[in-house]
Amino acid sequence: MTSLEKLSIEKSVPGRRGVRFARPEKPASAWLPESALRKTPPRLPELSEFDVVRHYTRLSRLNYCLDTHLYPLGSCTMKYNPRANEEIAALDGFAGLHPAAPDAAAQGTLEVLWRLEKMLCALTGLAAFTLQPAAGAHGEFTGILIAAAYHRARRDRKRTEILVADSSHGTNPASAALGGFAVKTVASRPDGRLDLAALQAALGPQTAMVMLTVPNTLGLFERQIREIADAAHAAGALLYMDGANFNALMGLAKPADFGVDVLHLNLHKSFSTPHGGGGPGSGPVGVAAALEKFLPVPRVAEKNGKFVLKTNVRGSIGRVRSWAGNVGVALKAYAYLRGHDAAGLRSIAENAILNANYARAKLKDLFPPAVDEACLHECVLQTEPERLNGIKTLDVAKRLLDFGFYAPTIYFPLIVHEALMIEPTETEAKETLDAFVDALRAIHAEALADPERVRTAPHELPVKRLDELAAARNPNVAWG
Amino acid sequence: MYSPHTETDRAAMLRAIGADSLDALLAQIPADLRAGVADWPAALAAPELLAHARALAAKNKPLACFAGGGARDRFVPAAVKALTQRGEFLSAYTPYQAEASQGTLQAIYEFQSSVCALYGMDAANASLYDGATALAEAVAAAARIAGRKKILVPESLHPEWRAVLATYFAAKGEPIFETVPCPTGRMAPDELARRLDDATAAVVVATPNFFGLLEDGAALAALARAQGALTIAVADPVSLGVLEAPGTWGADFAVGEGQGLGNALNYGGPYLGLFACKKAHVRHVPGRICGLTTDAAGKRGFVLTLQAREQHIRRERAASNVCSNEALCALAATIHLALLGPAGLREVAELSVDKAHRLAEKLAAVPGFRLRFDGPFFDEFALECPVPAERVRHALLKEGVLAGIPLGGYDPAWKNVLLVGATELRTGEEIDRFAAALGRAAT
Repeated sequence: MTSLEKLSIEKSVPGRRGVRFARPEKPASAWLPESALRKTPPRLPELSEFDVVRHYTRLSRLNYCLDTHLYPLGSCTMKYNPRANEEIAALDGFAGLHPAAPDAAAQGTLEVLWRLEKMLCALTGLAAFTLQPAAGAHGEFTGILIAAAYHRARRDRKRTEILVADSSHGTNPASAALGGFAVKTVASRPDGRLDLAALQAALGPQTAMVMLTVPNTLGLFERQIREIADAAHAAGALLYMDGANFNALMGLAKPADFGVDVLHLNLHKSFSTPHGGGGPGSGPVGVAAALEKFLPVPRVAEKNGKFVLKTNVRGSIGRVRSWAGNVGVALKAYAYLRGHDAAGLRSIAENAILNANYARAKLKDLFPPAVDEACLHECVLQTEPERLNGIKTLDVAKRLLDFGFYAPTIYFPLIVHEALMIEPTETEAKETLDAFVDALRAIHAEALADPERVRTAPHELPVKRLDELAAARNPNVAWG
Repeated sequence: MYSPHTETDRAAMLRAIGADSLDALLAQIPADLRAGVADWPAALAAPELLAHARALAAKNKPLACFAGGGARDRFVPAAVKALTQRGEFLSAYTPYQAEASQGTLQAIYEFQSSVCALYGMDAANASLYDGATALAEAVAAAARIAGRKKILVPESLHPEWRAVLATYFAAKGEPIFETVPCPTGRMAPDELARRLDDATAAVVVATPNFFGLLEDGAALAALARAQGALTIAVADPVSLGVLEAPGTWGADFAVGEGQGLGNALNYGGPYLGLFACKKAHVRHVPGRICGLTTDAAGKRGFVLTLQAREQHIRRERAASNVCSNEALCALAATIHLALLGPAGLREVAELSVDKAHRLAEKLAAVPGFRLRFDGPFFDEFALECPVPAERVRHALLKEGVLAGIPLGGYDPAWKNVLLVGATELRTGEEIDRFAAALGRAAT
């Protein structure tokens, strides 16, 4: 089998070293029992520093990334990651701080965490935030535990069910199930919004919470959000907002005004922190005043200009992870927000909405939108295989790679047939969008003239289409 | 601020859309639900922003770090930082389009392989949030596999990790956790045997444990197996440079906090949850997994695999809700391990052991102080103080030393216990300064 790039272990040369340390005065065997020591060393590569630098630099060049290519992944908000924020988070004073350092030695970091929480409160209108959750799904799970604690505190033990929209992210039902709740799915209407009548029919004394993404995964605002909130509250349930798409609301609208009780934000989406190839993220959770006491510990508090980390809070659900959260990510989000004034925040949302509508307008004749109206931060279009010689969304996505664009999110939301979910974000320029539109239009034409070319794409990438079925049938997940 | 749009761009785009104004695009948001932010500070220009951040960073006190508890002040080679800051890694996302993400995917495969090599396991995932949440996922998987509800957790497991387990499963009400007391600082086999029964899904064995002590993993795992229970090992990956791999001594799952592999302390995050297991359990692994495959031309390549376990396919029936993980931290660990190799990792482990033992000898020689527990320890130890440990730590701050973690906050019975550790970075001078100041701290 030929390979693109050898594995690090295949480049290994016995005896080669990448970094050396001083010799210990005594070996481990002087201090530890022989029976505890490992008999064979772990099979790790032996490489020089230069070998390692070249290897991973070469690997990096096999990636498309935001810095090199438009990365229009819907619901992921792949916006530019400002380098100033990287520099700030890496300052020794922040990066070198041990999490068990006493408050007196951690005032700078605690102040940032406290200020960031307050800024997120101002943006959402909610009473309090926790920065503990490490990612969006972790935030959802935290929100679900808060809902469980809320109902338990009211001795309302019959609330065993959580309602999610059929357009929701998969993490919503998965998080609810992890919290021990039964999940019931509520249908959307043809206009992409939650069916209020269906929701009302599903609500009852068993409903703990309704989870809704706003704007939803079709890039549309839930116009009846107030009615949805009222219906949930009238039934004794809470309303959770999945804030993955908060970029569309930044500085424009506050979820607290919608009647939202609990929400999570994604600092790695709306707040510009890098996605890192799949994390680290950060999923702060905000709550209405009545739910504040349930937030996880530790909590940051301020007293006379001094900041403290509180670990004992009556009513708290407890710890959802060790230490104080993805602080390094929070620092970047804080720096991002301090670089904007109120008008600047609003322009984030406006330009994101402008870009998505521009892409939509320029493509809708060839790739029909799932819902025929203006969108917010993202648009969901469809490939029509029956008119394109059987060419599917997957083929279009792979061919886009050949044209120098990462693919949109595909086949999501699940309620849309052959979905192409496009979120350009506000940091992309008009000329980049024009090139992207031209590429998709060219692929459409190619699907009519030379479908085989599209069906067998990609052609220009380091590898051809990869066999996912074979990978799953006989999993090879480590060099062994 | 980071939008490139000029007024001309905006006007041209609105024209193309057929909208009169930007407001027209917002029509679907009811007017009474639109509200800008109030009381927002003025924007800081780039130089002022950096100065503001520097001033805040300067409010944190630089200290010689003898604290551990799963967060370690270790050497990070410059190449780790330089490579992980490359935009190609930094600004990519979960490799959904494999053909355009082979760099990230191969790095994940190398990460999984390195984790398997350290822990003596067959399969690993692309990472989880931190060690504590990795343990929670392992517990969930073990309970599902065993079809049993009881999990035995030793008192020698990090109290924050025990707290996370309690939080994770409180709403669901299962599995049920039973604590195995560890008066000697370690889990005694007969204490475990007494609690093992046919309802026990798994036993958690941390070694080195929270107090730095080595457990008899082989004996504990054998007891568990005899009752049909699984063993979940918790181990510091750096310790595995010299210690026997959990997979070799009989663990079915292994998890760990991977921060010490190339990642900064960062006041607690982002950290790196390591998760590995034996082959039989691969379909119960949470989160992303990268697998080797071939492309249409027969060339080797990598994809995300076994996705039928995951939330975006299975929704409420998924093995876990994990979506984003700690990919960039995992990349740092992968590069770190490639730079160190088996010999470098062994050196780091041996230096840490050696320095921790020298430190322990010096601190225990200070009148009034002694080691709380007997038994072999790795690079951390519990120091019994004659006064509350909180007071000792406070006194040492003035000497520029973070003496350790006072354990009274976790358990009042540990009020006088300070958890102290050393890594390869602590110098002889710092160790001597610590020991010299300790005598003064007790008075």
